Amino acid sequence: MSTISDVHSDHEEHHHAPRGLMRWVLTTNHKDIGSMYLWFSFAMFIVGGAMAMIIRAELFQPGLQLVEPNFFNQMTTVHGLIMVFGAVMPAFTGLANWLVPMMIGAPDMALPRMNNWSFWILPFAFSILLASLFMEGGGPNFGWTFYAPLSTKYSPDSTALFVFAIHIMGISSIMGAINVIVTIMNLRAPGMTYMKLPLFVWTWFITAFLLIAVMPVLAGAVTMVLTDKYFGTSFFDAAGGGDPVLFQHIFWFFGHPEVYIMILPSFGIISAIVPAFSRKPLFGYSSMVYATASIAGLSFVVWAHHMFTTGMPVEAELFFMFCTMLISVPTGVKVFNWVATMWKGSLTFETPMLFAIAFIVLFTIGGFSGLMLAITPVDFQYHDTYFVVAHFHYVLVTGAIFSIMAAAYYWLPKWSGRMYDEGLGRLHFWCSLVSVNVLFFPMHFLGLGGMPRRIPDYALQFADVNAIVSIGGFAFGLSQFIFLYLVIKCIRSGEPAPAKPWEGAEGLEWDNLPSPAPYHSFTTPPEIK
Amino acid sequence: MLGHRRLVVRLLLVVVAMFGFGYALVPLYDVFCKVTGINGKTAKTASEVSMATDEQRIVTVEFISYVPQGLNWKFGPKVNRVKVHPGETLQVDFSASNFTARRGTVQAVPSVSPGLAANHLKKVSCFCFEQQTLAPGEQQDMPLFFYVAPELPEDINTLTLAYTLFAVEGAELNESETAQTRADGEVSNDAAL
Repeated sequence: MSTISDVHSDHEEHHHAPRGLMRWVLTTNHKDIGSMYLWFSFAMFIVGGAMAMIIRAELFQPGLQLVEPNFFNQMTTVHGLIMVFGAVMPAFTGLANWLVPMMIGAPDMALPRMNNWSFWILPFAFSILLASLFMEGGGPNFGWTFYAPLSTKYSPDSTALFVFAIHIMGISSIMGAINVIVTIMNLRAPGMTYMKLPLFVWTWFITAFLLIAVMPVLAGAVTMVLTDKYFGTSFFDAAGGGDPVLFQHIFWFFGHPEVYIMILPSFGIISAIVPAFSRKPLFGYSSMVYATASIAGLSFVVWAHHMFTTGMPVEAELFFMFCTMLISVPTGVKVFNWVATMWKGSLTFETPMLFAIAFIVLFTIGGFSGLMLAITPVDFQYHDTYFVVAHFHYVLVTGAIFSIMAAAYYWLPKWSGRMYDEGLGRLHFWCSLVSVNVLFFPMHFLGLGGMPRRIPDYALQFADVNAIVSIGGFAFGLSQFIFLYLVIKCIRSGEPAPAKPWEGAEGLEWDNLPSPAPYHSFTTPPEIK
Repeated sequence: MLGHRRLVVRLLLVVVAMFGFGYALVPLYDVFCKVTGINGKTAKTASEVSMATDEQRIVTVEFISYVPQGLNWKFGPKVNRVKVHPGETLQVDFSASNFTARRGTVQAVPSVSPGLAANHLKKVSCFCFEQQTLAPGEQQDMPLFFYVAPELPEDINTLTLAYTLFAVEGAELNESETAQTRADGEVSNDAAL
């Protein structure tokens, strides 16, 4: 039921906006800001990816081959920080900027000037972080989790830069989250009740609450590190009456909700794409909403499962183990709902659907390895090994990143007004799918075999598997340039896209707006059926 | 429906409250650990003397000590480990030396591992209850009288008592001023004599 619209897809819609560089600096338009977030996140994905390539090149063979151990540590640290705060989170904020107003029938984000700020402080944050790598003594080398005393007593002199970069990233995320909450609560079109919201909006709504709840805790943690290192406080120093384990409690009180911040919007994306290409409505809409909310709630009571080996009492370990396992119930609800949506649907396998299905399968693998890690007694074997690395890369790369890729393919026609090259899209998908599994699957076995993470050298018996992993890594990295080429080609010379290029797609952005979506959309609210 | 402004103000209050909560976790953690006794922190005041001894059981108590980086003091126990019957009171001497060029005051901060044993390590008297002031070059022996409570859980057979030296005053972490007194070579941090 592709809509025939007589809407002209010319670019003259832009005539309100200033031109040139200042258009982007001064813009308060949610679509401009969304695009900037997405391009920024892709740039950071490449930068963080380049660091991963250095890590994999060093680990290609045992022994120290290419880089100094200290530089290797800086690469693992900054790779993690960039991918978490620079690639995944801004990509989701970019998607929220583009999609939330269009999905709820709002003319723009509720706080457009703050929106401009929340984007434009990000490049400064990452410039500071990356610049610290060139300081005397090097950049942050204590892991993205910056455990004390690594980040206090033993950290390089540039740690203050790391702290301020995190502060700015946190402020940006908090502003973005406040904007999403106010937009969703105040700017829904008449008749768009909460239980009619598309799931992407719902999942982002819940994510935004997680963000304003835990990003301030992260800000507190880095501030304590700052004052411990430079101003003589002793939050984490046993000599002054502090406790290094306290750092881990504060960090993971932020850290565990943070990992759900990076996956809940993915659930929303997949819940939009799977029904569209199954040509069936989503199975169990309301259970999806409740499942998302319960995952968010549970995320606050599981943090210490990252700390089983710190010598907690058995009772606490059991509590956190059972709470963690409880999360698999709402997550399972979601996976079953997606599968039930596909059941007896008339499926087609365009690139967004391919990424969505890969997400469901591979994210579930990551979920299962997470369950294995949640079992306290065996966690003592898996802790700080490559098994953990394999686990969180399955949930973050084949989970979060794959869902972002799926979203980019799915909404690219709406954003650009042009179709991407389906052949290239499939090539990108299959290259990514094969290489990502060559990259991360063998890491499970490395971890079970006892290879520790964050070490530039390893025992000889791990050599062959590491070589295979590195080859997978290089292939996955290179595959992403297919995506870059595809996006540029689509924007420059793609076939004009109809208002609704996907037969089964539903939502205001497809039914009520032409492609590309006009610069100002829904200046009068749409009618909600 | 709240207006934009009022909604933003409320959300900002949540942000500020959560920033405060991050800091509130510090005292909350201390209180929680004190109540549950799981953090390895021992009492800061003297315990009652021991009344009964359990001759059937032998527990190993190990002593370790840390001197912060850059503090040119030497500090450590005279024996690294002792075997005791629960309830039996023992004296262990620690020794501290000030290698800096000036008078300094320090305090030893104790911690017991495993954490659950902390409440069962009873100190009848301890140098760690008060601060120690040493003149430049001075060496001092400091006694610890302790016993292990017979109520120590069955599955704990070894406790480790760790002391970390905290520079209170006059013992600033400054390498350069101490160079002249370092004729006897590097002062090791583990300081197990």
